[in-house]
Amino acid sequence: MHRVLANEQLSPNVYRLVVQAPRIAEIRRPGQFVIVHLGPGAERIPLTIADVDAAAGTISLVIQGIGKSTLDLVELVPGDVIDGIAGPLGRPTELPEHGHAVCVGGGVGTAVILPIAQALHARGVAVTSIIGGRSREWVILEDELKACGEVVTCTDDGSYGRPGFVTTALADELARGGVDEVFAVGPVPMMRAVVGLTGPAEVKTTVSLNPIMVDGTGMCGGCRVTVDGIVRYACVEGPEFDGLRVDFNELADRQSTYRPFEKAALEHREACKIGLRTGAPVDAPPVGAGAGARP
Amino acid sequence: MTLDPEAPLTPKVPLTPKERMALKRVAMPEQDATARSANFGEVNLGLTEQLAILEAERCLQCPKPYCIDGCPVRVNIPQFIRFLRDGDIKSAAQSLLSDNALPCVTGRVCPQEIQCEKVCLRAKTGQSVAIGHLERFVADWGQRHAAEIAGSPAVRTGKTVAIVGSGPAGLTAAGELAKLGHEVTVFEAFHAAGGVLIYGIPEFRLPKDIVAAEVDRLIAQGVTIEANAIIGTTYTLPELREKFDAVFIAVGAGLPVFMNVPGENLKGVYSANEYLTRVNLMGAWTEGADTPVLHGQRVVVVGGGNVAMDAVRTARRLGAASATIVYRRGREELPARAEEVHHAEQEGVEFEYLAAPTEVLGDESRWVTSVRCVRMALGEPDESGRRRPEPIEGSEFDIPCDMLVVAIGTRSNPLLTQTAPDLEVTKWGYIVTDESGMTSMPGVFAGGDIVRGAATVILAMGDGKRAAAAIDAYLRGELPALPSAEPAAVA
Ligand SMILES: Cc1cc2nc3c(=O)[nH]c(=O)nc-3n(C[C@H](O)[C@H](O)[C@H](O)COP(=O)(O)OP(=O)(O)OC[C@H]3O[C@@H](n4cnc5c(N)ncnc54)[C@H](O)[C@@H]3O)c2cc1C
Ligand SMILES: Cc1cc2nc3c(=O)[nH]c(=O)nc-3n(C[C@H](O)[C@H](O)[C@H](O)COP(=O)(O)OP(=O)(O)OC[C@H]3O[C@@H](n4cnc5c(N)ncnc54)[C@H](O)[C@@H]3O)c2cc1C
Ligand code: FES
Repeated sequence: MHRVLANEQLSPNVYRLVVQAPRIAEIRRPGQFVIVHLGPGAERIPLTIADVDAAAGTISLVIQGIGKSTLDLVELVPGDVIDGIAGPLGRPTELPEHGHAVCVGGGVGTAVILPIAQALHARGVAVTSIIGGRSREWVILEDELKACGEVVTCTDDGSYGRPGFVTTALADELARGGVDEVFAVGPVPMMRAVVGLTGPAEVKTTVSLNPIMVDGTGMCGGCRVTVDGIVRYACVEGPEFDGLRVDFNELADRQSTYRPFEKAALEHREACKIGLRTGAPVDAPPVGAGAGARP
Repeated sequence: MTLDPEAPLTPKVPLTPKERMALKRVAMPEQDATARSANFGEVNLGLTEQLAILEAERCLQCPKPYCIDGCPVRVNIPQFIRFLRDGDIKSAAQSLLSDNALPCVTGRVCPQEIQCEKVCLRAKTGQSVAIGHLERFVADWGQRHAAEIAGSPAVRTGKTVAIVGSGPAGLTAAGELAKLGHEVTVFEAFHAAGGVLIYGIPEFRLPKDIVAAEVDRLIAQGVTIEANAIIGTTYTLPELREKFDAVFIAVGAGLPVFMNVPGENLKGVYSANEYLTRVNLMGAWTEGADTPVLHGQRVVVVGGGNVAMDAVRTARRLGAASATIVYRRGREELPARAEEVHHAEQEGVEFEYLAAPTEVLGDESRWVTSVRCVRMALGEPDESGRRRPEPIEGSEFDIPCDMLVVAIGTRSNPLLTQTAPDLEVTKWGYIVTDESGMTSMPGVFAGGDIVRGAATVILAMGDGKRAAAAIDAYLRGELPALPSAEPAAVA
C-alpha cells in the first residue's frame, strides 16, 4: 500500500504524484522506473521515478494522462492509496564523469530526463536541457531542470521560449560544438529525429525506450526491442540504450499493438464518468486487435 | 452385487475381491467440450461423494503399494483412499494433507499417468485407480472444511525465514515452516501470490479461488506475504540473508525462450508467458479488465508441453476459430499431461506434428500473417532418449495465422542471482544445491524450477517440503553445514 501525499497539475494532461515508497526512495538510481498496479483489475504500468525524497520516503511520478490507466492515476487525491509499486526496475543510467551533456526531453519524456540531468549535475557534468511543448502551458519541469544547468525551452507555436521543435534547438547546440553526449527521451518520432542529428555528428546518444510492459522483470518478453540487430528486453536490459542502434520503427510499431483496445477502454471510461450506462461492457475489438487494427 | 454409480451406495458392505476387480474406473464428470471451448469454467467438475467412494472401493490396498513409490513426494495413497472408502473423509483429508501441502492443486495438475497411476497394480490388467481424481475430491473437501482439520498453532521459535517466490515450492515451504513455529515472510515479485499457479495455469484447469484459499490459509497461519518485492532489485539476496535466519529461494524458471527465427517481433507474436499472464494474472479474459490481450481468430501455438496446451486452449476460449499446435515431434512424444492433450483434441484444437517454424511472416503493417514451417523426421534417439527431429530439406509450408504463441520452454532469470556473487549457479543459471537443498551460501536454500529447470508442481512442492525440514534442522543447529553465527572465542 502506497499513500498518495500530493498531486499537482503540471500541464493540461501531466500531473506529479508524490507517493510513499520508502524502500524505492532509498535505493533507486537515475534512469530506473517502477511498475504501478493501482488495485484489483488494474493494469500494471511502467512509470519513471522522476524524483525522490529519501528522507521523507517518497517518490515522485510525473504522469501524462492519456489512457485508462494513466487517467485513473492522475485523478488520485492525497490520502488515496496505490496497491502496488514494484521496483526499482531497469538498469541505472550510465553517467559520464565529466564534459558537457545535452538532455533533450519531449513531452512527458522530460520527466525521464529530470533525474538524469540531476545526477549529471551532481557529479559536475555541464548540463544543457532542451525541452519543449506545443505551447507555453505544455512545458513541464522547467524550474527543476534550471537547477541543473542551462535550459532551452521551445514551443511549437512560439508562445514561450524559442519557437520550433526541440530538435532545431539541438541542431544549433551540436553546431556550436563541445557536446560530449546527448540523452534524449520523448515520443518515438522525436527520438528518431534526435539520432538523425547526433548520428551524423557522431555524438554518443542515449535514449530511454518505452515499449509495452507487463511484469518489468524479464518474464514475459513483451518489452522486446531490437538494438544493433539483437533482441533485448527493455525492462531488464534497458530501458536506456544506444540511440544510434535502436530499431525505432519496430518500437513504434509494437507500441501500437493494442490501439483499438485502448480506444475502447477510454470511451468506456468516459461513458462511465458522465454517468451514462453503456449497457454493454467494453468489448474486445471483434476480430482480435490484430485484424481490427489493420488498415 | 452390482455397483451402479447412480444407485444409492452402501459402502459398509465389504466387497469380495472379485466384486472389487469388476468395478470399472469412474469417469470424471466434465463440461461438454463444445460449451467449454467458449468459457473459462473448470473442465473437470469433480467427483460426487458417491463416485469417489465407489472409486475408492477399486483400490486393492496392496501390502506393498507401488503407487507410493510412483509419487515424487510419497503420499500415503492407500491410506487416504482407505479412509475415504470407509466414509471418513475428514481422516482422509488429514492423512493427505500431512503428506502434501497443496493437494487441491496436485489433484488437478499432476501428470498422474506417468507417476502413481502408472505403477498402480490395477493398471497392469486394466485401468488404474483414479488416484488423481480421488486426491482432488478429498482435497476439495478439506479446503471446504479447513477449520475442522486445522492443526493447533505451533509454538513460536523466534526464528525468521525469508522465502523468495510464491509458487508451489515457496508456498509449500512457507506452510511447513510456519507449522514448525518459524516466522515466515514470502517475497513475491508480482502483485499476487501463487507463481505459475496463478499466472500460468488457466482458470479452466485450476480455478484461482483454490490457489487464493491456500494463500489465505498460510496468512491465517501467520505467514507474511510481501508482494511487489523483487529480490535482486528491491532487496538483494545478501541483504535478506543478513536480515533473516535462513532464506529459501524458489523463484522458478520464468524467462521465456523464443525461437530465434526472423519475424518474431511482429505484432501478434507472444511468448506463452506473456499471453497467459495477460489472460490469467491480469484477468484479460474477464469483462472490463484493464489489461488487453489479442483475440486471435487463427492461432498457432508452437510447442507440445502443458504450457502450449494451456495457451492453445485459452485461444479457443477467447474465440479463435482455428487453434493449432505446431510440434516438432509426434503425438507419442508430446510432453504435456495426457488429459490435457485429450481435452485439447475434444475442444477442436488441431495438431500439426513433425513441423518446426523457420520464419514468421507478416503484412506491410507488420502484423503476423503466417508461420513458415519445415517438416521434420524423427532420427536417432538423443540424450533424452527421445528420437531427435531433423528437418526435411525443401519441405517448407506456411500456416496462416493472426496470432502466434511461442511455448517452447523457459529458462532461469538472472535478476536474483546476479546480485549474489557467492551463490553458485550452473552454466545455465540454475542454482546448485546439496541434498538438503542448501546452496553455496550457508543458510540459503533453494528448490523448484530454479534448481531443476522447468519441471512440475509436485517436484517443486517436494523440494519445498524437503528444504523446510532442512531449514528447521539448520535453525536448530542440527544441520552439519551450519556455521556458527559468531566465530567461537578461542580461549
Ligand atoms: C520504462 C518506461 C517508463 C515510462 N515512464 C513514464 C512516465 O514517467 N510518465 C508517463 O506518463 N508515462 C511513462 N511511460 C509510459 C506509460 O507507461 C504509458 O503511457 C501507460 O502505460 C499508458 O497506459 P494507459 O492505460 O493510460 O494508456 P493506453 O491508452 O493503454 O495506452 C497509450 C499508449 O501507451 C503505451 N502503453 C500502453 N500500455 C502500456 C504498458 N503496459 N507499458 C508501457 N506502455 C504502455 C502504448 O504505446 C499505448 O499506445 C513509461 C513507459 C516505460 C516503458
Ligand atoms: C502454463 C504452465 C502450465 C503448467 N502445467 C503444469 C501441470 O499441469 N502440471 C505440473 O506438474 N506442472 C505444470 N507446469 C510446471 C509447474 O507449474 C512448475 O514446475 C512449478 O510451478 C514450479 O514451481 P516453483 O515454485 O519452482 O516456481 P514458480 O511457480 O515459477 O513460482 C516462482 C515465483 O517466484 C516469483 N519470482 C521470480 N523471481 C523473483 C524474484 N527475483 N523475487 C521475488 N519473486 C520472484 C515469480 O513471480 C513466481 O511467483 C506448468 C507451467 C506453466 C508455465
Ligand atoms: S516487461 Fe515483461 S519481460 Fe520486460
